[in-house]
Order: sequence, then structure tokens, then C-alpha cells
Amino acid sequence: MEAIQNKELIKGGEFLIKEIEANEIFIQEDFSEEQLMMAQSCKDFIAKEITPRLNEIDSQKDGKLMGELMTKVGQLGLLSVGVPEEFEGLGMNFNSSMLVAEALGGAHSFAVAFSAHTGIGTLPIQYYGTQEQKAKYLPKLGSGEWKACYCLTEPDSGSDANSAKSKAVLTEDGKHYIINGQKMWITNGGFADVFIVFAKIGDDKNLTAFIIDKEMGGITMNEPEHKMGIKGSDTRQVFFNDCKVPVENMLSERGNGFKIAVNILNIGRIKLSASVSGGSKTALNHAVNYAKERKQFNVSINTFGAIRHKIAQSAIRIFATDSANYRCGQNIDDAFEAFQAAGMDVAQAKLKGFEQFAIECALMKVHGSETLDFVTDEAVQIYGGMGFSADAPVDRCYRDSRINRIFEGTNEINRMLAVGTIIKRAMKGELDIMASALAVGKEILSVPSFENDFSTDLFAAEKKVIKNLKKTILMVAGAAVQKFTTKISEEQEIMMNLADMIIEVYVAESTLLRVEKLIGIKGELAYSVQKDIALVYLQEAVTNIENAGKDAITSFATGDELNGMLMGLKRFTKIAPFNKKDARERIAAAVIEKNEYCF
Amino acid sequence: MKILVCITNVPDTTSKIEFIEGNTKLNTASIQFITGPYDDYAVSRAIELKEQTGGTLTVLNVGTAETEPTMRKALALGADDAIRINAEPTDAYFVAQQIAHIAKQNNYDLILMGRESIDFNGGQVHGMVGQMLNIPSLSPVMKLDLEGNTAKMLREIEGGKEYLEAQLPLVLGCQEPIAEWKIPNMRGIMSARSKPLLVVEPASPEMLTAVSVFSLPPAKTGVKMIAAEDAASLIALLQNEAKVL
Ligand SMILES: Cc1cc2nc3c(=O)[nH]c(=O)nc-3n(C[C@H](O)[C@H](O)[C@H](O)COP(=O)(O)OP(=O)(O)OC[C@H]3O[C@@H](n4cnc5c(N)ncnc54)[C@H](O)[C@@H]3O)c2cc1C
Repeated sequence: MEAIQNKELIKGGEFLIKEIEANEIFIQEDFSEEQLMMAQSCKDFIAKEITPRLNEIDSQKDGKLMGELMTKVGQLGLLSVGVPEEFEGLGMNFNSSMLVAEALGGAHSFAVAFSAHTGIGTLPIQYYGTQEQKAKYLPKLGSGEWKACYCLTEPDSGSDANSAKSKAVLTEDGKHYIINGQKMWITNGGFADVFIVFAKIGDDKNLTAFIIDKEMGGITMNEPEHKMGIKGSDTRQVFFNDCKVPVENMLSERGNGFKIAVNILNIGRIKLSASVSGGSKTALNHAVNYAKERKQFNVSINTFGAIRHKIAQSAIRIFATDSANYRCGQNIDDAFEAFQAAGMDVAQAKLKGFEQFAIECALMKVHGSETLDFVTDEAVQIYGGMGFSADAPVDRCYRDSRINRIFEGTNEINRMLAVGTIIKRAMKGELDIMASALAVGKEILSVPSFENDFSTDLFAAEKKVIKNLKKTILMVAGAAVQKFTTKISEEQEIMMNLADMIIEVYVAESTLLRVEKLIGIKGELAYSVQKDIALVYLQEAVTNIENAGKDAITSFATGDELNGMLMGLKRFTKIAPFNKKDARERIAAAVIEKNEYCF
Repeated sequence: MKILVCITNVPDTTSKIEFIEGNTKLNTASIQFITGPYDDYAVSRAIELKEQTGGTLTVLNVGTAETEPTMRKALALGADDAIRINAEPTDAYFVAQQIAHIAKQNNYDLILMGRESIDFNGGQVHGMVGQMLNIPSLSPVMKLDLEGNTAKMLREIEGGKEYLEAQLPLVLGCQEPIAEWKIPNMRGIMSARSKPLLVVEPASPEMLTAVSVFSLPPAKTGVKMIAAEDAASLIALLQNEAKVL
């Protein structure tokens, strides 16, 4: 993989106030032959083991198949991509595990089982375990001999995870904790050997995490839940009845569980975005294929502009998601290395890296899952009546998509988390947003400048647009924070508006930078369609940001203040007209010619 | 036990085929290349036999540098080393000569390859190699077991199956279900780059054929649906349009 050297390390959230160069970001086209071969192994695994058995997997008939498939994928080494070599893993970087997550993302329920095991199941031990805990669990979790699940949610404690009621009580001899409680919606529960369980000790304010082996006893569970989608994913209610856990199985320290839960979910979020990108590609490929075969009015329906529009829009959003995902993945990898170089131990450096990019992870979880919903919905529409048939493949895509906006933190929670974290960091001075916001405030009152307008550099005009979109966000966020001060987080509608604006600018910028980097490598001719994608995405981002911005400022400003900001909004969301229809037509034509998503 | 598997590097079956240079050359620009599917089966069975017998497995490809990813995939799957003969695989006779040349220096017990490549589908190379080495060649072999120096095979023949036994050394063209195709595992992939991949220049570059022109099959035309009760129209179409009656 190409090393990205000599660059200043970017901080999480800093994209809002910094201009980033194309050669500073990692793009998926930078992946090495080995990494691509790994991704191909994932796709081969889906073709060989998953696709022929999708109905059988979803039926959960004998309750064993998913566990067996996990064992098989473990034999290929795919459960240990991110496990350190010291614990018999492959010790590859984070972006490699993002690539694997994406390549397995089209595996429907299996992708969920895989993600839960390698993410929330394995990572708490990898990042918070003691040397002994890691040595005991990681080799077997990495090989697939043991399967893991993560037990946080309870019937009365979902988004408000720290309110969990499960209890852990120390035995008189001080050697064990006795755990009692009820957990809900536990993915992989039915076949897991290892349970990461969150419970409260005494009247502690915060949760404590434990590693529980199934054979410790005291664990019972209900039958699998009946679900709308991912029907093959084994989801259970799990009961802990006087489950006796040795004290050495506590993970990290007493009261540290909530922090573990939050940090592990952070990582899961961006990987979920990679995984759903794989799912989006599968859905789009079904739709493109069907649109070619299906004839109405004597022609393939893929000749109709309305259908081509859907194909193009789906491809654009998928390309955009990937662009931001791998950019963020590399930022996280770079941060690990920097923290490690500064003397932190590996696990701590990794955690710090994730924490640093918690904002981007949350943003991408939202963007990826909403892209998947968009793409699967349009795929059903392209299938017409056939799309409503339970026998069509897009039926499964559509149903399986929906959960992604709910778990790993609902999209509402993630939107608030992203914006809340930015504001918190700004207030603490970790992110120098205040100064930039003030500068924008001044700029609104000044005469517009025309510098740079005549540059002929590639994307010079578009980069100026991006810069202005960031100013729009700073203007709206700055005014809102001034108005509501620390109570801003209670203004949820405005938080949602801000989140939408921030997502759009992050993704639009990533897309533009990816295409700029590509063009820098092979020239504009080779990447003309990708250029169309970046330009259409930017146009739409401008519209969305303008709308969300207007929504926000009209809700809290009045009179001169409102007028001033509306003028600022207008100035900062100016973009030259562009023929999106023709660009979409070229994008659709490229996808239709290849009969699959091809970027 | 020394095993050689010869693999081809062929366009993925979903690739769109275009010709350039006055229809004498394939446009490789937008094509995804893969290991020939029949060769994949040969590699898979060879890996199993290597593991059973504790032998060695070499993969060979006649091709230019672009084929190396395909070779590394075979190394990732479990081959010990690879030999690339640095030349375009222009025709079956040329390729067979190259394979035979290498084989003569190495005394392989078993030379496996796909029953045919899926680009030109010639299916001739194994026969030619057998002839050049003066050892038996058989194809398409669908089952292969070794008992000492004896190979026990199942072969598909017109209207039935044939069970065969022969002494090593042998050249075999393979076909499914000789083995289940294998997926490279992560450790294999990571170790592939450190395994030897020898590049050698072609010997006796004699070619017997040259492509004068390629042409694509005519595009499929649409299907016409005729109502069941309207036999007259159907007959008219078959006579006048399809000209088969
Ligand atoms: C198939 C499936 C698998 C799962 N797997 C696991 C697992 O393996 N392990 C595990 O621990 N959990 C798992 N979960 C649980 C999942 O993480 C929770 O369902 C999720 O966090 C939401 O919690 P909840 O269902 O209680 O919804 P609630 O928290 O009740 O949310 C309901 C609605 O209210 C909104 N809301 C809640 N709080 C706020 C707020 N403060 N402000 C604004 N809006 C708010 C939410 O966004 C949502 O729209 C799984 C769930 C499902 C369905």
C-alpha cells in the first residue's frame, strides 16, 4: 500500500476548518494486490458458501448453519485480519479490515454475524483486555473456534445504554462476580461461546464490562427473534441467572464499561458504513441486471431516462460513501501510528485513534446506512411488481437494509453524537472552530471577494464551493451555539440540520478529492465518469446544505440577524450551473455497459 | 512427487470483448483477467495431492508480466513456486513447446492443466505436451487419485464414463468435479509474495499459426412471441425470416 508520508496529521473534525489536498487522502484505488486478493477471497466465499444458501440461512432451520459458516470463514483467516500477530492474527491495518467488511457486505445476514463477531465481539478484548485475557481469547476468536457476542442492550435500556439494570455482585470470598440480568437483541447469541456483558456493580453510576464463557453456566436464552430482515442473523434475548464469573474476567476497570461500550461502537460504526457499501453494490447490481433483461414497450427498461436516473443516483452515492470511508479509515490508521510513535502501547494508541475520529465514524454510519436504504428502495422500484415478490433478490436486500439505521446507535443518536462532539471539542479548544466561525461572521458583513475565481486548476471552482460550504456550517453552527449556549444539544432539530450539513460537506469533499487524486494518476480521460460523479454529488450537497441551513437559521433568528444570515447562506452556497442530467446519463451508461457497479 | 500445473490467464466471462488493430488483437484495456476455471480445478486437486503425498507443486504460465497476479493467486492457494515464461501465449503449439521445454528439465511426475482455456477453447495443449515428452496424456479427467505410482482416473466419454488407470508420469487435462475449487486464505495471500516466481525467456519460439482476423458473433435478436392459436404467423416467420423451413 502506498505510504502517505510527510503530511501533517489531521485531527478528527478538523476537515471543517482545514483545506485538504488530494494526495493526503487514501483512496481505494491505492489498495495493494494482496489487499485486493483478500477482498476477492471474500467475494468468492460469498459466491461459494452464502449465495446458494440464502434461503436456508434465513430459515435458521437447524440453528447450526450460521455457526458453521463462521467457522469456515475463520479457516480462511478472515476473522483475524485485525487481530495482532502476537495473538496469532494477521495484524493488518484498519483500512484492510474496512475493505474486508465491504467485500463481505453483500452477504446479507452472514455479514451481520461476521461484523458482530469481529467488531463488538472481539474488539473489547483486543483493546481493553489484559495480556492474559488477550492470550486466552484472541487466538480462538481469530480462528473462529470460538464465536463472540456483545450484550449491552436490555428491554428498558437501548439508546440510553448506561441505564442498564443487569447487576454484578462480588462473592464473599472475593473470587467471583455473580451476574444477573436480561439482555435483548443479542446478535450471534444462539451460537456464541464468549459473551461480552455489561452490568452494574452495586450502585455504581457506570457499567462494568465482563468476559463470560458460555461454560461458566447460568446463561439461558429465548428462541431467535422474528425479524423484518436479516432473518438469518441469530438474535436472542439472553438471561443471566446467577452466572458465576471469576474476577479476572472483568474487562478493564470497574465502572469503565460504558466507556468501552461507546468506544467499541465508534469503531463498529465506520465498519458498518464499509459493510453497507458492499450491500449497496449487491442491490444495485441486481437492479442493473434486471433492468437490462426486463422489456416493456418493446425495449429494455434500462433505456428509460427515469430508470437510468435511479441507476446513476445509486452509483453516485455508493462512490461517495466509499470515498469518505477509506479516507477516514486511513486517517485512523495514521493516528494510531502517531500515537504509537509518541510512546503509547498499541491497544491504547488504537483506541485513541478511534476516539479522535469518532465524529467521522458517526457521520459515515449515518451516510452509509441511508445510502443503502436509498439504493435498495430504488432497486425494488426498478424491479416494479417483481420487486414486491418475496422471490426476487431485491426483496431480501430491502428488508435487510433497514436495520442499519437502527443498530450501532440509531442514526438520530449518531447525528447528535457527531455534532455534540464537534461542539464539545470546539468549546474545549481542541478544535479551533471558534476563530474560524468568527472570521466567517466578519466575512458576511464584508464585500464578497473575487480572488481565485480565475484559476484553471482542476476543481479550483469546486474547491472554493467546498470552502464556502464549510463557512455555511460555521455560520449556522456558530450562531446556534451563541443563541443556545450549552443547551444547544437539547435543540435536536437544529442538531439534525447541522449533522446533515456536515455529512454532506465531508462526503462531497472526499469524493472530489478521490477523483482529483485519480485524475492526477491517469488523467482526466480515464476518469471522466468519476468526475461526473463528483460534480453531481457536489451540486446536490450544495442544495441539501442550503435547505438544512435555512431550516436551522429560520428557526432561531429573526429580523436583521436572520436577513444577514440568509444573505450569507446565499453567498456561500453559490455554485455555477451544471447539467446534472447529462452527467447522470453518462454515469448510468457506464454502469449499464458493465452490467454492474464499476468504479 | 513433483507436480506441475499449467494455468492460463483469461478474460472473466462477464467481460465485454472488443477487438483492435484491424480486428487482429483483443482489447485488454477494460478486461478483468482470471485464472482459467478449469485450471482452477487442476490447481485445487494438485494442492490436495501435494498435501497427501508431501510433494512439491510448481505452477507455470506462458504469459507477459500482467499475468503475475494470477500466478500469485496460485501461490496463495498453496503452490510452492511459479515459473512464468515471458511470452504471449500465441498458439497452442507454441505454448506446448514452452511447457515441454521446462518439463524436460524438471522431471515432473504429474503435469495437470485445465481441459481447455476459456478464451480460445482449443483443448490441444495437454495432448501436444504429452507427445513432446513422450508420455501419456488424458482429458477431460474428472476424478484423479494416486496409489503409489498409479493414477486412477474417471473420464467423461461420449454417452458415458470411463474408469482408467495409468502409470506416472502423465499429462492430464482436468475438469470439475476433480476437486472443489478453493479460496485463497489470508495467510496464503500474505505469503505469496515471498515465494519464488521465476521468469524465463521462451525457448524455440516457433509458431504455426497467426490470427488473420477476429469477429464477434452476431448480436442476439429479440424473441418474437406468437399466440398459440396463430400457427400460420409462426410458420410464415420460420419460412421467411428464420429461413429454417
Ligand atoms: C437486529 C438487532 C440486532 C442487535 N444486536 C445487538 C447486539 O448484538 N448487542 C446489543 O447490545 N444490542 C443489539 N441491538 C440493540 C440495538 O443496538 C438497539 O436496538 C438500538 O441501540 C436502539 O435502542 P432501542 O431499540 O432501545 O431504541 P430506543 O432507544 O427506544 O429508540 C427509539 C427511537 O427513539 C430515538 N431516540 C432514543 N433516544 C433518543 C434521544 N436521546 N434523542 C432523540 N431520539 C432518541 C431513537 O433514535 C429511535 O428512533 C440490536 C438490535 C436489533 C434490532
